[in-house]
Amino acid sequence: MNVLLLSLEYMVVLLAIVVVILDFSLPRTRPTLGYLSALGLAVICFFSFTFQIEDGMVTGLAGQTHVSLAFGGAYVLDPTALWFKQFFLIAGFLVALISIGYSRHIESGLSEYYALQLFALAGMMFAASANSFMLLFVSLELITITFYVLVSYLRRQVESLEAGVKYLIMGAVSSGFLVYGIALVYGSTGTMDFAALGEQLDNDLALAKSTMVQVGLLLIFGSLAFKLAAVPLQVWAADVYQGAPAPTAAFLAVGSKAAGVVLLMRLFGSVVSDVTLGWEKLLMILAALTILYGSLCALPQRNLKRIMGYSSIASAGFLLMGFAVMSQSGSTAILYYLFGYLFTVLGAFAVIGVIVKQAGLEDVNSLAGLSQRSPLLAATLTMAVVSLAGVPPLAGFFGKFLIFKAALEQAVSYPAYYALLACAVLGVLVSIVYYFNIIRAIYWSKNPSDLSTIPVSGPVRFAVFTCIAGMIVLGIYPDPFLNIAGRAVAAFSL
Amino acid sequence: MLLTAIFLIPLLAVLPAVAIPRIYGWLTRFIALLATFTSMVLSVYLLFTYDGATASPAGYKFDFNTTWVSLESIGLNIGYHVGVDGINLGLVVMGAIVAFAAACCSREIRSQEKEYYILLLLMTGGILGAFVSLDLFLFYFFHELALVPTFIMIGLWGRGEKRTDAAFNITVYLSFGALIALIGLVMLYIQTGAQSFDIVELTAITQSNPIEVSTQGTIFALLMFGLGILVSLWPFHTWAPQGYAHAPTATAMLHAGVLKKFGLYGLIRVAIPLAPKGAATWLDVLALLCVGNIIYCGLVAIRQRDINYLIGTSSVAHMGFVFLGVASLTLIGMTGAVILMVAHGLLAALTFGLSGWIRSKTGTTEIDKLGGLLKQVPFIGTALIMAMMAGCGLPGFGNFVGEFMVLFGSWGTYPVITGLAIWGALIVGAVYMLRAIRNVAHGPLDEHHARLRDADGLSRIAFSLLIAGLLVLGIYPRILTDKIKPSVGKIVTITKAHEKEIKPSKAKTVAVNTAKSEGKNR
Repeated sequence: MNVLLLSLEYMVVLLAIVVVILDFSLPRTRPTLGYLSALGLAVICFFSFTFQIEDGMVTGLAGQTHVSLAFGGAYVLDPTALWFKQFFLIAGFLVALISIGYSRHIESGLSEYYALQLFALAGMMFAASANSFMLLFVSLELITITFYVLVSYLRRQVESLEAGVKYLIMGAVSSGFLVYGIALVYGSTGTMDFAALGEQLDNDLALAKSTMVQVGLLLIFGSLAFKLAAVPLQVWAADVYQGAPAPTAAFLAVGSKAAGVVLLMRLFGSVVSDVTLGWEKLLMILAALTILYGSLCALPQRNLKRIMGYSSIASAGFLLMGFAVMSQSGSTAILYYLFGYLFTVLGAFAVIGVIVKQAGLEDVNSLAGLSQRSPLLAATLTMAVVSLAGVPPLAGFFGKFLIFKAALEQAVSYPAYYALLACAVLGVLVSIVYYFNIIRAIYWSKNPSDLSTIPVSGPVRFAVFTCIAGMIVLGIYPDPFLNIAGRAVAAFSL
Repeated sequence: MLLTAIFLIPLLAVLPAVAIPRIYGWLTRFIALLATFTSMVLSVYLLFTYDGATASPAGYKFDFNTTWVSLESIGLNIGYHVGVDGINLGLVVMGAIVAFAAACCSREIRSQEKEYYILLLLMTGGILGAFVSLDLFLFYFFHELALVPTFIMIGLWGRGEKRTDAAFNITVYLSFGALIALIGLVMLYIQTGAQSFDIVELTAITQSNPIEVSTQGTIFALLMFGLGILVSLWPFHTWAPQGYAHAPTATAMLHAGVLKKFGLYGLIRVAIPLAPKGAATWLDVLALLCVGNIIYCGLVAIRQRDINYLIGTSSVAHMGFVFLGVASLTLIGMTGAVILMVAHGLLAALTFGLSGWIRSKTGTTEIDKLGGLLKQVPFIGTALIMAMMAGCGLPGFGNFVGEFMVLFGSWGTYPVITGLAIWGALIVGAVYMLRAIRNVAHGPLDEHHARLRDADGLSRIAFSLLIAGLLVLGIYPRILTDKIKPSVGKIVTITKAHEKEIKPSKAKTVAVNTAKSEGKNR
């Protein structure tokens, strides 16, 4: 086994352990641990960009190797995995910065908060490389279990605890689905390895269509839909986002969702295509339902984090739409959409975290007068919701445009996609109403009660500027990032 | 590069505007004025150098083309392609003039000036960019830049209690139209198989290798209704009067004057030449709907008691004439439509600028509460009378030329509709415009307004510029018609070639009519 392959994960785990050890051996360092974690992630993130993968040859700062598999084939480092690892590292870094700004809100166990985030991050990075059901399950559990704790971290707040319990129950149910599904698939094919499984199912269509495999894969899909917050396992999202601390919700929205996406991509890309399964219709219906559920439920909400929860469901719908398309354009679009989503959602949560702390309220009305209290935060949140709504020139527009284009390409041969598109258009229109309602609250709420300036700490300011830059650059200069995304999914038959 | 500079200067001016601390509101304002002024000077320079410039093979001048986004594996190619021909030349010049005038008319803004001018510059850069783009993606992208600024401007600096409703209404309506149009545009891209959004390339490909007829119909319908909503095509027009009545002056000027022309421009530039067979079937529907614009909205305008609503509704009615000119598919009719787009842009900006001035000085826009303004504020009064006269099609103003040519061109294709339109223009239009003049400019002066002072320097410059534009276009229309004719001619030829296959009888009348009109064309 080559150390180079796993070096990124090792470094993240090591960083987490260092944080925990420093916490109890040198208690005086506690206030700086957040900075340590962010700095460490920045270094690892930089290090991850020294990796290059060409023709099965992995080159990094620490050397190069021809082997791309580890743990007996359960772990693979291919362009997709690398793309997602870099994605998770950027997300983790920004979330760490947001957490530093949020730290005064967390009563105790602050260093564990950072450490747990790092463990969750390691789980996501393993998920990016999962090449067998074994690693898929282990990495998902690592993510989910750390999030049970992270969600209920504000232990004196009933909402946070309630969110934790809800997430625990739903998570446990979905894990149960996952194990059961894996058992069924393993039972009928005798292998857990993605490559071997894919070959077997491709050669034996009858096996792929057999009830046992279909039900098994359906259960696995269901548990991944839970990660994505897509119908039918989307109900937790709103409650959990509302109760969880803002940085956790941000990480959940970006990291956990992307982990679901990469695993779905592996499942449909290298194990068994949904065309083989005959699942296009299922995915289309689920995508349409998810978009409509998310958008329509967000419409009457007043709580900011709850709106973000429903908006995250709607976004899951757009991602599923990319899967339903089953093409190279679809998967490239998914990656681009996710990358834009990263900056957009983290920007939004960075602002929400600060405001909620300031006002003690999570209501949309707590944004009143924000444009005067902090023009920076006002502009960031405005740009974030504009990007989420998919209006040019920000990142979200280009992502949605790619997904729409991919769906229209397929619609030429399969007109049912027009129905999906109609639902998506409706979803976008509805979403414009509730997103722009946030802009309204920022700029012209009636009688804002408090017009004092909101202080923004250095780390949060840095995170916010990064997110703004990300949204703008991805919106007006998509070319390099689109090409990277295109290369990352080139290997998939999706 | 000239074209890039015209729209990029306002966009780049956003950066210093963001950097300047908010206590220096006057500096932000100065930057906005300077940027829009530069862009206007450049666009006028463009107008006068246009004839001498070399044209690309497709007939576009100042053509500049480079790749912006491209990914082979998913067949995506988006170019940064800009260029002008007769059709968008006038629109660019008009847009730049209106943008400067709008910046001049922004004195009423007293709070959060920094945000205001940033949004104004974004809107200006976006719409000018949309008019010079020759790439479908770019074209759409730039237009949508104005969506969020419009929303925030109406809500934050708008007038009236119901401005939030107006802001949401206009945003949702326009997004809906834009999304429908986007789907149509992407379908064009996919159906041609060209893997390019380049309008020039797509036009060439659809010539040699037309899209299937039924698909053309779908695409044209999507574009017609999508873009139509953006232009306030009846019965999708309700956002316009309401939105403009609640918008701050500059936003109404830019939106009614310039942004609304985007949809019409898209119809002429994209929808008709790229889906000519679809156009042949759907243009009849467009011609029918435009009667709704002209007659229905004209009658609605008669009932208005608020000068802002009156102008807003009449601007919707004027759009009907442009639609009619486009639907006529004749050289003279479409040339008239383009002239009318330019003239109406100047006119709408002028009228909304004046009503904004009246509103900010007198505190009301209700016609009954106004009166005698001509005597008290002669400059504003005169400008208002000229604007209203131009609005009902008085010869000497650009609108007359445009409407006249449109009616001329559409007579052969749609005689009944043209008859109705003439009635709508001459009778209905005259009724509400003249009544507005009588009630606002003449009559006894309300004592509340006895101490009203006439327009200040910047407003005078703005209004004079707009009136001058209207007069130049009215007295010497050749400044544009000579440039428009060859460009429109190409589109008419393309479409008529296809129309013959679908409707032989109609094509004949059109051909005869065009031959006639070519002889008479000034």
